[in-house]
Amino acid sequence: MELTFWTYEGPPHVGAIRVVTSMEGVHMVLHSPQGDTYADLLFTMIERQGKRPPVTYTTFQARDLGGDTAGLVIRTLREACDRFKPRVMVVGDSCTAELLQDQPGSLASGAELSVPIVPLELSAYSRKENWGASETFYHLVRGLLAARAPAPGWERPARGDERRPRVNLLGPSALGFRCRDDVVEITRLLASVGVDVHVTAPAGATPEDLLRIPEADANVCLYPEIARTACSWLQRTFKQPTIETVPIGVGATCDFLREIGEVTGVDVSAAVVEAQSRLPWYSRSVDSTYLTGKRVFVFGDASHAVAAARIARDELGFDVVGLGTYARESAREVRAAAKVYGVDPLITDNYLEVEARISELQPELVLGTQMERHIAKRLGIGCAVISTPAHVQDYPARYSPQMGFEGANVIFDSWVHPLMMGLEEHLLTMFREDFEFNDVATPSHLASLGGHSQRPAEGELAVAAPEDGVAWESDAEHELKKIPFFVRGKARRNTEKFALERGMQNISVETLYEAKAHYGR
Amino acid sequence: MSGHPSQAAVALPVPGCTEPRVTQERGQRAVFCGLTSIIWLHRKIQDAFFLVVGSRTCAHLIQSAAGVMIFAEPRFATAVLQDRDLAGIADCNDELDRVVAQVIERRPEIKTIFLVSSCPSEVIKLDLANAAQRLGGHYAGRVRFAEYSGSGIETTFTQGEDSCLKGLVADLPKAPADRRSLLIVGTLPDIVEDQFSRLFGELGVGPVHFLPARSSTDLVAVGPDTSFLLAQPYLGETARALLKRGARAISAPFPLGAEGTREWLRAAANAWDVAPERFEQVIAAPLARAERAVARQREALRGKRISFLPDSQLEIPLARFLQRECGMQLLEVGTPYLDQQMSAAELPLLPGGVRITEGQDLDRQLDRVRADRPDLTVCGLGIANPLEAEGLRTKWSIELMFTPIQGFDQAGDLAELFTRPLNRQNRLGF
Ligand code: SF4
Repeated sequence: MELTFWTYEGPPHVGAIRVVTSMEGVHMVLHSPQGDTYADLLFTMIERQGKRPPVTYTTFQARDLGGDTAGLVIRTLREACDRFKPRVMVVGDSCTAELLQDQPGSLASGAELSVPIVPLELSAYSRKENWGASETFYHLVRGLLAARAPAPGWERPARGDERRPRVNLLGPSALGFRCRDDVVEITRLLASVGVDVHVTAPAGATPEDLLRIPEADANVCLYPEIARTACSWLQRTFKQPTIETVPIGVGATCDFLREIGEVTGVDVSAAVVEAQSRLPWYSRSVDSTYLTGKRVFVFGDASHAVAAARIARDELGFDVVGLGTYARESAREVRAAAKVYGVDPLITDNYLEVEARISELQPELVLGTQMERHIAKRLGIGCAVISTPAHVQDYPARYSPQMGFEGANVIFDSWVHPLMMGLEEHLLTMFREDFEFNDVATPSHLASLGGHSQRPAEGELAVAAPEDGVAWESDAEHELKKIPFFVRGKARRNTEKFALERGMQNISVETLYEAKAHYGR
Repeated sequence: MSGHPSQAAVALPVPGCTEPRVTQERGQRAVFCGLTSIIWLHRKIQDAFFLVVGSRTCAHLIQSAAGVMIFAEPRFATAVLQDRDLAGIADCNDELDRVVAQVIERRPEIKTIFLVSSCPSEVIKLDLANAAQRLGGHYAGRVRFAEYSGSGIETTFTQGEDSCLKGLVADLPKAPADRRSLLIVGTLPDIVEDQFSRLFGELGVGPVHFLPARSSTDLVAVGPDTSFLLAQPYLGETARALLKRGARAISAPFPLGAEGTREWLRAAANAWDVAPERFEQVIAAPLARAERAVARQREALRGKRISFLPDSQLEIPLARFLQRECGMQLLEVGTPYLDQQMSAAELPLLPGGVRITEGQDLDRQLDRVRADRPDLTVCGLGIANPLEAEGLRTKWSIELMFTPIQGFDQAGDLAELFTRPLNRQNRLGF
């Protein structure tokens, strides 16, 4: 058993529902009790979808258990087929049904339905949502395409000149992070270098579209969490190369274009040189000087977290002070990235550990999921959401991709906003002695995040306060108060550390400034 | 409920003469399971912790239903079963003990831990009653343990509270004879509870206790001289448990709307032999306030057609309120369960021939909603936006569980919850 307060990911069948909900012409029968129908609201409320997910739940009750739950599965399948007339039926069970061992997949295959069945085994007690989505997408692709697999040893013929290169975009899904706009952005970007998008899946795809996947020259693994398994099967079976770079950030988008160029043979050099994003100039402009060395903590699914860390350091000039993921499946990538940034990787799906790490590190900006948004709000730290799980406000009405050059513009705006506006920070520092600008003067943009009223007392922030007690002399304490609140926690921590290391009992004003000089950045 | 037929309900005018038509339906249900009630129970009983023994689905359900309302470390959690627990590699009882120790370490101030069973824990027949006893012995004097089912195979949405309170009733001490008292049963927001306490005080009805109490260690005694009055319609099992303990039931409509609240209070006043003049005098001012507040909303609701999809079991009293006090026209009143006994004072107040559906067959029900095209449909969160996208206005029923709606001073707010979607439709230019 694992004590769980909040969970980053839902169970694997929620991942399966994400994939079928993304598609057209696919229906799912989920063998599950009634409460599991809450999954509908994830789509209709959080993502504001105007349709119920294409899922029929068997909603068995205790009184059914002694009887014929298998019969219930078959009845539900028949009715769902009649009513929704899907072109593919996906069948799976949720955690409770897995224990009943009704094997709804085999029941469905034996039920002589007039529709192809894709049975799923979702391992509810060891796996989670992203894995469930990935498995479902893979089984759909494989289920439909396995019969068309060429003989072993077959080689993909080179593309002739009669058509432009084309690729598939794989992985965008319902309840994914900004998938709707990323697909538009990447499709435009590819068009700008003369590459067509052949099939986008699962988002918006029909079963017939899945059948066309092998016709493309390559697969773009846009969201590896969902598409990697399918991409490697396609690569093995249909000899379709996989484009691995996730184009989030200016640098990664340029790398993505280069990879596209290598795989498809198109010339991308002009597009790379132009790099049509405002991020580089905005980042170089003088107002952005105040962004220098901002300490950021990054947490999310692996691909978004790794991409965010790169942007943070190389494109915004931040210091990455922490990097982690809740996805144990992708721990390796995140560990490798953490090494690059010289930080301890945090691989955990326990949000309490994430919270502890954030309050220990006291970053100035948190880039995370909606869980980290809650944590940051409580600690009075600015936050931008970069990854699922996300909430309704992360499905904005406006066009706001994360990928490609426009995505980089969006990222610049949305990460910089929660940080103190440069001028405002200077003013606060300059006027810190002015009673109007004292500690309770909250930067206006933070007020919207709850401002100072939500900020914990300073004592709570200073988690590193040593237990063996280095005492602050009252003059020093007073001097500390003159330091702007947004760096005060750090100043206190550093000074105490400095004093402790030197075996000092008391901290005087002198110690404070010595420590400042010691750690001065 | 036997013994104490409500004077009130009989005295009221009964419109129409036909019984409501109740149709049973079986099929796909779209209602949360009883775990959902933890969201309001943990806010009511602030020194208790709710530990679900279940799966990741259970944890995800509670957090999704709670939405972003809870920022703090919650007083509920899930002990998520893993492969090793099911394969018998780990002993579930040892594991549970370990998890409970973790909870107590994090939250040493907690006085009671509710072990809540789920579908998976029930299917594998994990005996939480036994576990509660064992742990109760181990932590005797520090933490009390209770156990109930919130599973979707046993309970539907608000029935989770019924299941929880029923368990609590068994633990209540026995009241000495000749100590007459009134027990109000069912979670009410504190503000509503305080209003009722004041009114009962002015009426001279009391002493009054509430179940659940705000503190989990505040165990009210029950016995033959306890009279109880349900504040929520979904508490049939709890009521039957109280009857078994010898308590006497006061039957009344539920305190929704001006009329419902008046009759609910009147039933208690009658049981206490409060003089009718005194009763009228005490309730005159708040009743008038309630009627004025409802009247302000009635304009927007009168003649509008409404359907209920089954959800909270509040559907019957809500339908009664909206039809009688707000002039709405009832198309279909769906409810997950219709407890005839608990609704005995409500059903006669519904117009004759109203279509009541018990249980659910979701797709058929949605077909009927599409055919009826009500002005307003009360439904669960998962269905609201899809119906809106089809041009139908909706009210999500879960809001009724999180908003103070009972009592005189909330009657207007209750009506307003239903006028808001209609008002919005009028304002929007598309
Ligand atoms: S229906 Fe059962 S398995 Fe599903 S969330 Fe509720 S208790 Fe858990």
